Amino acid sequence: MKSVRDEISIVLGGAAGKGVQTVEGILLSVLKSEGYAVFASKEYMSRVRGGSNSTEIRVASKKPRAYVRAMDICFPFDKAAFEHLKPRISSETIIIADERIVVSGMDYKIIHAPISSIATELGNSLFENTVAAGVVLGILGADISGLEDFLRKRFAAKGDKIIEGNIEAGRQGYKIGEHLAYAENLEIKLSKQESVKGEAMIDGTEAIAMGAVAGGCNFIASYPMSPSTGVLQFLAKESERFGIAVEQAEDEIASINMGLGASFAGARPLVTTSGGGFALMCEGVSLSGMMELPIVIHIAERPGPATGLPTRTEQGDLELALYSGHGEFPRAIFAPGDHEEVLEVTQRAFNMAEKWQSPVFLLSDQYFLDTVATVSNDAFTILPEVRGIIETTKDYRRYEYAENGISPRGVPGYGEGLVVSDSDEHTEDGHLTEDLDTRVRMMDKRMKKLEGLATDALPPVRLGAEKAETVLVGWGSTHGAIAEALEKSGRKDIAYLHFKQVYPFPVGIESWFEGARNIVVVENNYAGQFANLLEKHGAKVSKRILKYTGEPFDVEELVKQIVSL
Amino acid sequence: MDSKNFDMPKETDIAWCPGCGNFPLLTIVKMALLELDIVPEKLVSVSGIGQAGKAPHYYRTHVFNGLHGRALSAATGIKMANPELTVVVESGDGDLYGEGGNHFTHTIRRNPNITALVHNNMVYGLTKGQASPTSEVGMKTPVQVLGVVLEPFNPIASAIALDCSFVARAFVGDVAQTKEIIKKAITHQGFSLVDIFQPCPVFNKQNTYPWFKEKVYYLEETYDTKNRAEAFRRAIESEKLPLGVFYENPDRTNFESQLGNHALPLYKHRVNREVFAEMTREKV
Repeated sequence: MKSVRDEISIVLGGAAGKGVQTVEGILLSVLKSEGYAVFASKEYMSRVRGGSNSTEIRVASKKPRAYVRAMDICFPFDKAAFEHLKPRISSETIIIADERIVVSGMDYKIIHAPISSIATELGNSLFENTVAAGVVLGILGADISGLEDFLRKRFAAKGDKIIEGNIEAGRQGYKIGEHLAYAENLEIKLSKQESVKGEAMIDGTEAIAMGAVAGGCNFIASYPMSPSTGVLQFLAKESERFGIAVEQAEDEIASINMGLGASFAGARPLVTTSGGGFALMCEGVSLSGMMELPIVIHIAERPGPATGLPTRTEQGDLELALYSGHGEFPRAIFAPGDHEEVLEVTQRAFNMAEKWQSPVFLLSDQYFLDTVATVSNDAFTILPEVRGIIETTKDYRRYEYAENGISPRGVPGYGEGLVVSDSDEHTEDGHLTEDLDTRVRMMDKRMKKLEGLATDALPPVRLGAEKAETVLVGWGSTHGAIAEALEKSGRKDIAYLHFKQVYPFPVGIESWFEGARNIVVVENNYAGQFANLLEKHGAKVSKRILKYTGEPFDVEELVKQIVSL
Repeated sequence: MDSKNFDMPKETDIAWCPGCGNFPLLTIVKMALLELDIVPEKLVSVSGIGQAGKAPHYYRTHVFNGLHGRALSAATGIKMANPELTVVVESGDGDLYGEGGNHFTHTIRRNPNITALVHNNMVYGLTKGQASPTSEVGMKTPVQVLGVVLEPFNPIASAIALDCSFVARAFVGDVAQTKEIIKKAITHQGFSLVDIFQPCPVFNKQNTYPWFKEKVYYLEETYDTKNRAEAFRRAIESEKLPLGVFYENPDRTNFESQLGNHALPLYKHRVNREVFAEMTREKV
């Protein structure tokens, strides 16, 4: 049977620290540099060495943006990986493995490739990874010279012997791949896009960190916690180039209080954490509300409660972000859905925090942070920076009453005025007060900013039908999967709204649901937290499609769900 | 009014009890700042919560009166964002040694150029008389009804153990000496801790002015503040409690000068578009 495809998913599985990442790196770089649209996602266990992890690489004519469950090619690096990936094997899956990893005689399409013996013959077992990458590139019929160029660059520092060995390993792997494609009658017709070659390739973590840099972030104090730590590391790596003050705090409480101190002095701070760490920050969120100090808080969600599943994914902390911090104060919550959107929305988070002198949240999750995609150059456009800091005069009062709630923000050392900020209820000049009339005026002033935040709120992205009785709703990282599933479902009668800002809703949110009789909310959590929020705003949600296994939605399960709506 | 004048308007309502040890300390701090030629516009007074935490409201300067226990963290953030500012933390024993104990430890390790003036009255004042981390064993309170059983926290010994770059103790009963100690602490480059004995006449009936006067003595003129082992030995004395500068380590570099950011102060920072474009190209 001849099988022609315009998209393919390749799954590499193995123990942590055993080459999966190396092969992934080679494949993504080589394929992208040849103009193939690629997308990768990962799932892994909470251990540094060993265990069983996998990476899925999708290559498609149309830019893929989501995880699929199907494995067209499954490449287990060890026996455990094969067992781990077994539930995803279908009759279409081609398993490529060394003979000692997967034995014949099972009901699977198994192709034995002598990967380790080739490497051994070439005199270096480390060449295995290059052989494996060559096999995949051979199957895809990619240009072998792309691999050779990559290997020359990658091993430039290691000397000719290593370079030549790797190139030979790549060629031999490639030949095996070519042969397999022929023998299996596998014709993969992936169109290349010239534009992809010039695009940046980044993961979700980089998208957030680069968005922060573009948004003027110049301060980060955080405590390591998966899956949020990459953002801290990225900004640390870039700190000298961009003039970013970076500190690894002793705990999350210190990190947000450092951030707020820095904000008081005029910095544009970011803190990055996950649910458990964020729980420790909640008092600080309230302080940001009271002192009206801008701060951006990135919550990289993972399944809870407590330590939960540290390396898996979930959208379980929306309500935590929404209601975090004692007392009442305004805030905004963003939940961008793909790399391009993250670059834009993260900048916006910094600008909104600055403009409305409030805590602003960015919600992401393990799944999104670990996805790799190519991003068009336009996505790196730096938005006009919103600046709220004024030079103070002698009579300056930090919390002067203002119609829109925004008191001009001074910082110590800039101007002749004094800046007084208090966690107690305070007067216009910032000193603590127990005067109850002042209390009411200050509460009204602060809460007024929520109206402004709603006026500035981003509307949802609409895909699918223009007007529809059935409206799918999603937020954050589910975007790619829902959009692709809707398209693949063939249901032209369904609309889809993706919320990249989940709070506050833009003014007139009702109009987006006009004519909808059937609102279906898709969320990676148990309760349907966003559905709850919509209902609080008057929408009637008729169905919740929920997943809380610790995995992201795959496109196939959503297609099934959408078809049945 | 002299721009160097730290006095608040006369009508300022001060929320401390009559006889509170915070009053003399407030006067001493203002005198020290004046004598150091520090102007209010270049000073930030940071506090947490407690009776001592109100102190920054009672002199004219920039004020960050934040959360209970977190003054050192906020102060560190301020100093990182603008090292040109003089940053003084004023808060109590409960705030800085109890609720903020973790930050106390790590701020000493971090060594930002900030001064912590700890109002140590060995009792909780704002919450009305419970034990503080420095309360003496046996002291009865509304919670420790049979008397305190926890060993008191020794901030001086702990700080020396952590190689804190400046460690001193003072007593508000001696205005002249306390002022000089505070001036040295603020002048010191790096984190400086001044633990300041002060009575709470309402809730601590045992550690009173006469008690402190009887208990304290000054480290002698010949005392070597660079000798860490001797400093530690003096810090754990309990029969009599030494006052003065216990320990100085001038070799420690302050934290903020070792950061990778150079576009300071951060309120002047702007995104470097060219470098951003360069980073973007690197990802292609």
